[in-house]
Amino acid sequence: MKDTDIKRLLYAHLVCIFSIILSIFIPSFFLENFSILETHLTWLCICSVFVTAVNLILYLVGKPNTSSKRSSLSYKVTRLLKCYIYFLMSCFSFHVIFVLYGAPLTELVLETFSLAVLLSTFTTVPCLCLLGPNFKAWLRVFSRNGATSIWENSLQITTISSIVGTWLGAFPIPLDWGRPWQEWPISCTLGATFGYVAGLVISPLWIYWNRKELTYKNN
Amino acid sequence: MRLGSGAFAACCVVIEVLGVALFLRGFFPAPICFSSRTENEAEPPAPEPSSGASSNWTKLPPPLFSKIVIVLIDGLRDDFVFGSKGVKFMPYTTYLVEKGPSHSFVAEAKPPTVTMPRIKALMTGSLPGFIDVVRNLNSPTLLEDSVISRARAAGKRIVFYGDETWVKLFPKHFVEYDGTTSFFVSDYTEVDDNVTRHLDKVLKRRDWDMLILHYLGLDHIGHISGPSSPLIGHKLSEMDGVLMKVHTSLLSEERETLVPNLLVLCADHGMAETGGHGASSPEEVNTPLVLISSAFGRKHGDIRHPKHVQQTDLAATLSIGLGLPIPENSVGSLLFPVVEGKPMREQLRFLHLNTVQLSKLLQENVPSYKKDPGFEQFKVSERLHGNWIRLYLEESSSEVLFNLGSKLRRQYLDALRTLSLSLSRQMAQYDVYSMVVGTVVVLEVLTLLLLSVPQALSSKAELDVPLLSPVFSLLFYLVLLVLSALHVIVCTSAGSQCYLCSLSWPAAGGVMVLISTLLCAVTSALAKTLARGKLLSQTPARSSSRRSELDLLILLGTVGHVLSLGASSFIEEEHQTWYFLVNTLCLALCREVCRSCFLGDDCGPQHGLHAEEEPEGATPALQAKRAGCSVLELDTVSKGPSPVEVPSGCERWMVLASPWLVLTCCRLLRSLNQTGVQWAHRPDLGHWLTSSDHKAELSVLAALSLIMIFALVQRRCSPASKVAMAFGLLGVYCYRAAIGNVLFPWQQDNKDISKGITEARFVYVFVLGILFTGTKDLLKSQVIPTDSAARTLGLWEVYSGLVLLAALLFRPHNLPVLVLSLLVQAILTTFVWRPLRHDAAEITVMHYWFGQAFFYFQGNSNSITTVDISAGFVGLDTYMEIPAVFLTAFATYAGPVLWASHLVNFLSSETNSSALSHACFCYALVCSFPVSAYIILVTSLRYHLFIWSVFSPKLLYEGMHLLVTAAVCVFFTAMDRTNTKS
Repeated sequence: MKDTDIKRLLYAHLVCIFSIILSIFIPSFFLENFSILETHLTWLCICSVFVTAVNLILYLVGKPNTSSKRSSLSYKVTRLLKCYIYFLMSCFSFHVIFVLYGAPLTELVLETFSLAVLLSTFTTVPCLCLLGPNFKAWLRVFSRNGATSIWENSLQITTISSIVGTWLGAFPIPLDWGRPWQEWPISCTLGATFGYVAGLVISPLWIYWNRKELTYKNN
Repeated sequence: MRLGSGAFAACCVVIEVLGVALFLRGFFPAPICFSSRTENEAEPPAPEPSSGASSNWTKLPPPLFSKIVIVLIDGLRDDFVFGSKGVKFMPYTTYLVEKGPSHSFVAEAKPPTVTMPRIKALMTGSLPGFIDVVRNLNSPTLLEDSVISRARAAGKRIVFYGDETWVKLFPKHFVEYDGTTSFFVSDYTEVDDNVTRHLDKVLKRRDWDMLILHYLGLDHIGHISGPSSPLIGHKLSEMDGVLMKVHTSLLSEERETLVPNLLVLCADHGMAETGGHGASSPEEVNTPLVLISSAFGRKHGDIRHPKHVQQTDLAATLSIGLGLPIPENSVGSLLFPVVEGKPMREQLRFLHLNTVQLSKLLQENVPSYKKDPGFEQFKVSERLHGNWIRLYLEESSSEVLFNLGSKLRRQYLDALRTLSLSLSRQMAQYDVYSMVVGTVVVLEVLTLLLLSVPQALSSKAELDVPLLSPVFSLLFYLVLLVLSALHVIVCTSAGSQCYLCSLSWPAAGGVMVLISTLLCAVTSALAKTLARGKLLSQTPARSSSRRSELDLLILLGTVGHVLSLGASSFIEEEHQTWYFLVNTLCLALCREVCRSCFLGDDCGPQHGLHAEEEPEGATPALQAKRAGCSVLELDTVSKGPSPVEVPSGCERWMVLASPWLVLTCCRLLRSLNQTGVQWAHRPDLGHWLTSSDHKAELSVLAALSLIMIFALVQRRCSPASKVAMAFGLLGVYCYRAAIGNVLFPWQQDNKDISKGITEARFVYVFVLGILFTGTKDLLKSQVIPTDSAARTLGLWEVYSGLVLLAALLFRPHNLPVLVLSLLVQAILTTFVWRPLRHDAAEITVMHYWFGQAFFYFQGNSNSITTVDISAGFVGLDTYMEIPAVFLTAFATYAGPVLWASHLVNFLSSETNSSALSHACFCYALVCSFPVSAYIILVTSLRYHLFIWSVFSPKLLYEGMHLLVTAAVCVFFTAMDRTNTKS
């Protein structure tokens, strides 16, 4: 049971990684002069869209939480709207945090916001898919020993590693190397992406190694 | 001997200060005096080389110019003359540069771009050591060989008007002088009028050979309002007028005497975009150098991009121009265009003289000088020169002579350039012995501190200092013997280059005793720790100690900061590191706050609370908190929810909001002063406020800030000091109004600006009064042990006295820094530290981090440029060294000092009696860790390209910071003593 779960998790994560790789290579067939550094914003949008799409597809295919008994249309619509609002809120709050961290307030607003969108895609979208727009569940998952399944455990790991990746991504900005990727917010977006991918790779492995110790209340 | 950990830490830091001072003495060696020079005074000039044939040119060539006028304009940047500003405001100079008989260059000043070392460089042609910055304020007599001393020895009459520094450097060299003091930065008209008023008289008299004018006004304007201020234009026009006056007078004289004169327009350093100077940005380094003389040919066409030369080249050129020997320590090469119009033989003669001087300097400094490419080139050229002279004397055809001569000239110029370059590289000599000894002392102290961490942070806060036993141990005597032997060997082999060797033997012996005592103490502490470690491993009692993410962050942050000091960019942008760390700290605190507020409730089914949350569940604040919370959820070491009482209602929301308030404050302050290097040119609020158009806004802001300061400070003061505080803050505003920084609402017109002596002294009286009351209360609490209220009150009064002093010394646009620092302290104390019950060590490190961040919020950086020396002259009539240095240091380090004294206040109100000594120990450790690491880094990077521009200023800052830390630790210990007694 557990091993098959871990396998499913691994496949899901591989699909996510694959979507990020695709977002790097596919646009160059359709767009001229596409490169990650020069047309950074375009890549950011494409990457966010790809990752969101893959997450949604995985959610629809896998349906990890089968508890939604009420399936009336109005319920679904309000749920969708709520998800949408949550996502926007998370984008704005990330934006606020970036500005508090020293991102320029009036210049490069679009760049900062797209970084916020990307980070939200890596963190909030999986949360919304897995937990739904339920703040209580979020609080539970992100508190100590709050995870009740390997999915939630991997959610913790990917979220934290994305955020830490973004945090570490800010380090090279003051260096005077004059490289194009040192510009705001490229290093941070790259950090976030690497962090996310690292989280995706690490979490199945980590869960596999610790599968003996991991016991969930519900299992 | 048993010592409290606070007293122990204070002792350690004091010893460390000694070690760092020794290191600094070795790192910044005093300029090397060549022992041979005094004897060489009468050395004859090098004769013209001539192979075989006898040349009659063995004396120095005659002077090229009969009179030289040097107009030195302090802070004149190259684009003020050669750029658009020059065209607009200096029409006469522009005409001379473009069409007149002149040669223009861009002279590069070497950092430190501060006046005194630059004057030395201009007049001696040598590269002054970095330590000259420190002596900048108090310049001792220049003993080195210089153009001035050579000219005086040759009987030339020199007249000087301008900056007093010159008079101090060359005390008996001028036949007539009038020095102006440069310390009142706010005055930019009188300093220059003082120079110009002599001009008419002296130009008419004509009984001098050299006239030096040093104008300070431009630099003062830069310090006040930056290089884009409208005042700059006026000043440049004024300077243009001065130049025209001097030039026309020289021309009219030439018409009578028919001997050409030379007019030199130069600058000591440039001006950064922020208006200061001292560092090595292109704006500070590039200065114009225009030589004007009717001996030069007229040019045609537009020359907008002059050649880059070194500032040190002027000394050699002036010497040649005056027919004097070149100063011996000069590393500059002759500005060749000056002699270009002369016959070939004379040109070669001048070049030969210069190369001979440089190669002599090279011989004295470099043991393997024969392998130097410059020296080889020199030898080849000299031989060729001899051949050329023979041909010349044999009167060969002029065409052959000319072709050979121009080839030779090119070779000489190459040799000059190479020699000059290798000499500049050779000038940096380190006194490695003193550096090593200093490093050893610092490292031993750090090891001792690190080894005594477990003991010092135990609940007793006391530790055994093994002092007596090592002194009588065999190891001590052995080490002492070895060290003394080493000392003797080093000193006998290296000569008098080392500072330690020049010390008297008791002092050097004292250092040796100190090192060996420390070594023995470290050894015994190590042995003790090992024994304890063995004991602990036998009883695996508590292997997983309680460690939270906050501790992890603090540890990682400290280590990360130390590691970042290895990169020059991270030193230049150190403020970013601290802002980043402080922000992350706030988010980590936010996470702790969240956990204590939510998770305590989350365990039980509390529907009422969730009902309160759900509708507003998606507010940005909460969402953001969630995001912030997860930032540092790194490890899953189990830690139960801390036993914290959950506040209710309004206070709960305040607790939740407080980290965000702090973050907002930090963000506001960050945009107040842009510092560093890469983004320093960005517009910031500080510049907007200080520009003359926004005086009204600045006044309102300053007034509001002062009111806020009063509101924040007065709540814990005694009534008497409350009144004193109010009057003092009022006095601060009056002082700023008197010196013209802010306006009174009832007088809109610009009244004449005074120096505000009375107002500032009025405030000083209140500062001293408040400090005195505080000290009295502290003494009272020491006498009456039960009176802990008096103690708290006294500490707070000392603190508020310091706040008042800082309010007086800060520039008005920096007053919000003070307000927000008080606000952040209040918020964190009430809503975070008290409720969450952090331990003393955590709180200390947080205070240290915030102190560092506020150091940079004030607008400080790691370059000398940003030190606000005007703070040292608040309320002083004349320059007094000790008060000025103290005030400047306090104003610069106000952030860390205020946070440290707040730490004392906060911890002394805690019930835990050992908190204060824990805090003292932690503070000492956290401060000395970066210094020790940095000393090692600098030693290993001492041949780095940026060693003088980036690493050395930071080293000075670190040393100064350690000194401040030592003072703070001693204060802590004094407070701690009263605590243990009570």
